[in-house]
Amino acid sequence: MSPALLFGLCAAALIGIGLFGLIVQPDPLRKLLSFNLIGAGVFLLFGVAGKRGAAVGFSSDPVPQALVITGIVVAFSASALAVALLVRLSEAPDRADEDDEI
Amino acid sequence: MLLLSFAVLALVVRNYSALGYDLGGWAPPLGLRLRADGISAAMMVMTGLILCLVGLSARPEFQSSETGGETRKTLVFWALFLGVASALNLVFLAQDLFNLFVALELLTFAAVPLVSLDGRAKTLSAALRYLLFALAGSVLYLLGVVLIYANYAALDLGTLHGLIRNEAATSIAVALMIAGLMAKTAVFPLHIWLPPAHSGAPAPASAILSALVIKAPFFIILRLWFDMLPMNSTTAAGLLAGAGSASILFCSVLALRQSRLKLMIAYSTVAQVGYLFLVFPLLGADGLAPWGSIAWSGSILQLMSHAFAKAAMFVAAGLIVEALGHDRIDDLAGAGKAAPLSVLAFAIAGLSLMGLPPSGGFVAKVMLLSGAVSVGEWWIAVTILVGGVLAAAYVFRVVGKTTASPGADVPNLMILPRSREIIPLILALCAVAIGFIPLQPLDFLDIGRSVAGVGP
Repeated sequence: MSPALLFGLCAAALIGIGLFGLIVQPDPLRKLLSFNLIGAGVFLLFGVAGKRGAAVGFSSDPVPQALVITGIVVAFSASALAVALLVRLSEAPDRADEDDEI
Repeated sequence: MLLLSFAVLALVVRNYSALGYDLGGWAPPLGLRLRADGISAAMMVMTGLILCLVGLSARPEFQSSETGGETRKTLVFWALFLGVASALNLVFLAQDLFNLFVALELLTFAAVPLVSLDGRAKTLSAALRYLLFALAGSVLYLLGVVLIYANYAALDLGTLHGLIRNEAATSIAVALMIAGLMAKTAVFPLHIWLPPAHSGAPAPASAILSALVIKAPFFIILRLWFDMLPMNSTTAAGLLAGAGSASILFCSVLALRQSRLKLMIAYSTVAQVGYLFLVFPLLGADGLAPWGSIAWSGSILQLMSHAFAKAAMFVAAGLIVEALGHDRIDDLAGAGKAAPLSVLAFAIAGLSLMGLPPSGGFVAKVMLLSGAVSVGEWWIAVTILVGGVLAAAYVFRVVGKTTASPGADVPNLMILPRSREIIPLILALCAVAIGFIPLQPLDFLDIGRSVAGVGP
């Protein structure tokens, strides 16, 4: 089994677990963690794409590496935003008369 | 920015070809390319106009006070407002799959906090749900991008158009990308995040979200479908149109059953977005180039007229809420007296949603309808007609209530200054103005289409 194949299968497994969690888990925090699992799988897949694309003689294809850095930054800020919302949500007063106001 | 978008439009029309710009002088496949063709230019002008008008309508609510300086809320609103503007323009211009991903994420990050500006628990949880759907959508899109890159080692749409082959891996990648984008566009059954998010946001924010933000992922689907893919699968097109029709029928009925004005408008957004997805099976079947057919123009016009009409509706609803202090549809009597021009704007925008002449919605729906009939897709034609009837039902329900004479127990009405009520009226009249476009395929939208496959 070549490393690329092994990592590819790992990535597929991570994405599968993440997707399952995203759909099944009701809790927003768990959903967020599942999203991060999918993200990790996709980034691993970028690595695989870079390794496989190295047939031209480079030790590996640099383009996916550039892309994956951007992807990680985006996923990181997305998680930060979601966690911030979660914190605010847990601090917000839970009023029962919510429906009567605009 | 509006002037800039008009300048791009003028250049595109005068040269009758797409404008291109290579960032940093690097041409694809190494560099990123921005490209404005006919639709991009039209979208940019639409975005510019709507953002300007909605921005004007938001001024009283989000003005920095004379004494206290800038509050956190006003600062955040305007920063996010400009963030949405730049992200939308990037979506309309980008030619690179990964660049489109970045643009989409920018748009999400600017749009989600707009929902929860008031910081109440209800809007916070709506924003969280919106964010999770949007993130799931973008991670699926990114997965598709990796698969495409791993197969073809290219990300530029023009380059890919020449390379792409009809094989299983491509189909899976594109299916993942389109599924992700559909979650962001809020098509049935992935729409459940939209109504709480769009109805909970402050009125100017809802107007931007409903009119513009959800159109961006749809625009990317169009780009993928027509610029990147040489083959068009009829099953996939049928599935997309099926989801669209389900949105129209299901969410129109739900809109009819809402007791809150803003929730009703939000459900009607899902229904109207459904019309956009009807276009896919209607193209290419009659042997013409897709963008030569009447359904193509109809779908773009539907996008634009819905954007103007929905912006008008949300801004008008915001003013009605301000005048009455609530938005329960059953108690709207007297709104016609407090905010007559807003109610008028609401009704005119409603004409466009129903597809009655003279309005942009009428022209768009007639074009889609004749496209459907000419390729023999009868079920699509029936859906368009039924959707129009349902839209008429929910718009007239509100208009009837607002113009009813108020009973004795009218709460204290606040009379609004006319200058604020003019804005939704202008937006609604823009939607009507689109209705004066002649009923034929528009040459303008084809600009730059035919060279899309050839690349830069």
